Amino acid sequence: MKGNELLKINNLHTGFRIKDTFYDAVDGVSLSVKKNEILAIVGESGCGKSTLATSIIGLYDHNKTRVQGEIVFDNKNLAALSEEEMNDIRGFQISMIFQDPLSALNPLMRIGEQIEEGLIYHTKLDKSKRDSRVLELLQQVGIRNPERVARQFPHQLSGGMRQRVIIAIAIACKPQIIIADEPTTALDVTIQAQILDLLIELQAETEAGIILITHDLGVVAEVADRVAVMYAGQIIEEAAVEELFANPKHPYTRSLFNSIPQMNSQSDRLNVIEGIVPSLMNLPRSGCRFSSRIPWIPGEAHEENPALHEISPGHFVRCTCWKEFHFKTDKGGGTHELYANK
Amino acid sequence: MWKTIVRRFLIMIPQLFVLSVIIFVLAKFMPGDPFTGLISPQTDPARIAELTEKAGLNDPWHIQYMRWIGNAFQGDLGLSYTYKRDVADLIGERALNTFWLSLLSVFILYLIAIPLGILAGRYQNSRLDKTIVLYSFVTYAIPTFVLGLIFLFLFGYKLEWFPTSGSVDIKYEAGTLRYYWDKFYHILLPSFTYAVLGTTGIIQYLRSEIIDAKTMDYVRTARSKGIPMRKVYSKHIFRNSLLPIAAFLGFTITGLLGGSIFVETIFGYPGMGQLFVSSISSRDYSVITALVMLFGFLALLGSLLSDIIMSIVDPRIRIE
Amino acid sequence: MSFMQINDLKVHYPVRGGFFNTVIDRVLAVDGITMEFERGKAYGLVGESGCGKSTTGKALIGLEKITNGSIIYEGENVTNKRRNRKSSFNRDVQMIFQDAHSSLNPRKRVKDIIAEPIRNFLNLTPKEEERKISELLEIVGMPEDAKLKYPHEFSGGQKQRLGIARAIATNPKLIIADEPVSALDLSVQAQVLNFMKDIQNEFGLSYLFISHDLGVVKHMCDHISIMYKGRFVETGTKHDIYTNPQHIYTKRLLSAIPEVSPAGRENRKRERILVEQHYQAEHKNYFDENERVFDLLQVSNTHYVAATSQVRGVL
Repeated sequence: MKGNELLKINNLHTGFRIKDTFYDAVDGVSLSVKKNEILAIVGESGCGKSTLATSIIGLYDHNKTRVQGEIVFDNKNLAALSEEEMNDIRGFQISMIFQDPLSALNPLMRIGEQIEEGLIYHTKLDKSKRDSRVLELLQQVGIRNPERVARQFPHQLSGGMRQRVIIAIAIACKPQIIIADEPTTALDVTIQAQILDLLIELQAETEAGIILITHDLGVVAEVADRVAVMYAGQIIEEAAVEELFANPKHPYTRSLFNSIPQMNSQSDRLNVIEGIVPSLMNLPRSGCRFSSRIPWIPGEAHEENPALHEISPGHFVRCTCWKEFHFKTDKGGGTHELYANK
Repeated sequence: MWKTIVRRFLIMIPQLFVLSVIIFVLAKFMPGDPFTGLISPQTDPARIAELTEKAGLNDPWHIQYMRWIGNAFQGDLGLSYTYKRDVADLIGERALNTFWLSLLSVFILYLIAIPLGILAGRYQNSRLDKTIVLYSFVTYAIPTFVLGLIFLFLFGYKLEWFPTSGSVDIKYEAGTLRYYWDKFYHILLPSFTYAVLGTTGIIQYLRSEIIDAKTMDYVRTARSKGIPMRKVYSKHIFRNSLLPIAAFLGFTITGLLGGSIFVETIFGYPGMGQLFVSSISSRDYSVITALVMLFGFLALLGSLLSDIIMSIVDPRIRIE
Repeated sequence: MSFMQINDLKVHYPVRGGFFNTVIDRVLAVDGITMEFERGKAYGLVGESGCGKSTTGKALIGLEKITNGSIIYEGENVTNKRRNRKSSFNRDVQMIFQDAHSSLNPRKRVKDIIAEPIRNFLNLTPKEEERKISELLEIVGMPEDAKLKYPHEFSGGQKQRLGIARAIATNPKLIIADEPVSALDLSVQAQVLNFMKDIQNEFGLSYLFISHDLGVVKHMCDHISIMYKGRFVETGTKHDIYTNPQHIYTKRLLSAIPEVSPAGRENRKRERILVEQHYQAEHKNYFDENERVFDLLQVSNTHYVAATSQVRGVL
């Protein structure tokens, strides 16, 4: 592995069993995460981004899931480790921040106890040292009265405070990698801004690599260093954040950008992507997976087996159809005469 | 919290009052009266009329009711026609018997149901789980009297491990250790019968609670901390799943105090259930009304008890 | 001229407690808001969770009891009226919900879901009803055969469009849309928003758009009100609010919205910190000692801000 690469994923396939057949929700993903970097993984629901996250940390149902490929961390292939071996890494070297801060905390357990749990198994600290570490952590995530909060239960805290607690749990053992799965989706914008600032602050302190899973391109623009866009189980574009926002290439990425109701745009209409995301069982497993959503682009524009091409240093785009892509111009507005005839 | 408890008790007063009126009227509507079955056919009808008059049974119901409720407030629940004893004493003695029976029943019930429920939920769809589910359906399907009779026949009559009726052997002197041991010995088989039959609800409930809890977000959080699975189960899943069971405890206890009519009748155990049945068949009004009032009070107490238990075990619920 | 006015609307919930469980306090979910609606316009109601924006929507449609204030529809006072089927208000004001999935009865066919308001308010023969349903499905861009299907057979965006079909079945004048797209993916959201704009233009609908997403509200609405603790902190045209925000709460809210451009994010963060400091420092001029928002003061023809009159003097 290269110098500061923490985690390297090679050709990862994660499939779910539906009636004795495995369908890959993550279909050949290769990625790497560096120290002190925020890698954003963006995509709409069903694109496989959350499955990718749970595959890395091993939090899937082993009976219904099949993980193939390599997830190399600390010279170990995480995909091949047993549940016990993973437990030594989870929460210690790799940890996770969850989306909904209320349901992600045990309602019957005091905050302090929930933060302390990881410390019991991953450190040799005694009870009093652990207690002071808990207070230190609460302080670190910006909670002003840690002694009180440590004794409280989740329902006694606001949404923003709970998310800070979730973060405290994740950073308790100073992990090298933090996976944040939609960490601000359930929060109001002002709280979201605070939490994102906190994440960046903590990263500067710990130098961890952060994998940020999100659907919100605004959040990506605010915090990410590098972005991977996923569609139908594959990465379709990957680039540094400035590059991706300035020069999006893949038709899907460009379509997404044009769907955002932006604060400073005057356009009356938003771009609509034709068709729907195919379900897991109906994913096209060959050819360009986005081709059915841009039918006006001729078939020759697509590659037979679309690969990721490096079009400029660090900027990867899947398939060749981006070269030919243009937005559809005619927007035939329906006439609803019958409705008008009241 | 104390305020709420006191308030709940105060609310019980009008509830119990309404109950008492309904019970009293219904009891009077029952055909026959206390003297119907007791007096031989040769007895002079005038004598019966005299007795009835003397007992005040010819007065309009509201007069009778006022007389009864007035006495009740002075702690006098009247005299049992059948037993010729003070109702309060009679019920007190029976209640004590039922109390011990209930206590042991609940204990055995939870002793069987909780481990089975936990195992079934923990190893869902395994052979063990399927066996437990099968067991719980079988016990659910067996009527009380069938199982009671089977146990009685098997353990009492054939194997002679347990006594077949009564609450204590008369040969032991009250207060001695032997006496208490014998009492315990007498309630063992009835409690066991009761417990076995009651397990289904708890096993099924606990099992599905655990299966639900496994998919909860907070369990995923716990797993993401890298703590061993058995700890995730003991500290997160089991604890949270037992909550509704604990809340149910209040109802279970007070429900049992009403006595189990079937179990007590089959095992000839002198408890509340048995007393209730016999007092109905002998039209022993004063006992019936007192018992139903007591059952009503217990039901109300059970719901209060459950609320209190809930507020103790679940930090999200605070009654003030 | 506006066709509907709401004046000093209040929705208070009693808080019970004490020994006799009497009302000891009130939650002021909506605490005196005034609005009016013009034909063909879209109004945005923005605020953070718990600010009372959804309660306002529900109160308008009659799902919450109004404690005080009035709703005047076409000159008639319709506040807390026992709503009947003949009521034109009931027919003309419809609602779209956030969770399209749970707002469609899973045991009913699409046909019957959409037919419900038609059967309630319009006297149509079965044939006419059938035709009406086909029209509505066509309007929301769904195939004819959707009629006989059940809600679970559709995707999130399609379900939301079914919700819209139901809402426009009675040719309403005003549609209250409570977070209609916040559960949807970006591309689907775009579809639904475009569609809502189309039918607005075609039929002169008015919207009350309730949302926490300032981007969506800006895209959809002409007139925006920012809500906090049951009261308006600022109300004005889209232009007033986005280019000339006056209330510290509005400023803070706007500064927190992530911009879809990584360039200048460091500056934005510094800006955000300044706004936050300003917010703390100026707090007393915008909220009274009980954190209650002051009454609105006029800034311009269209623009109102809740502040003390001293602040108003400065503006």
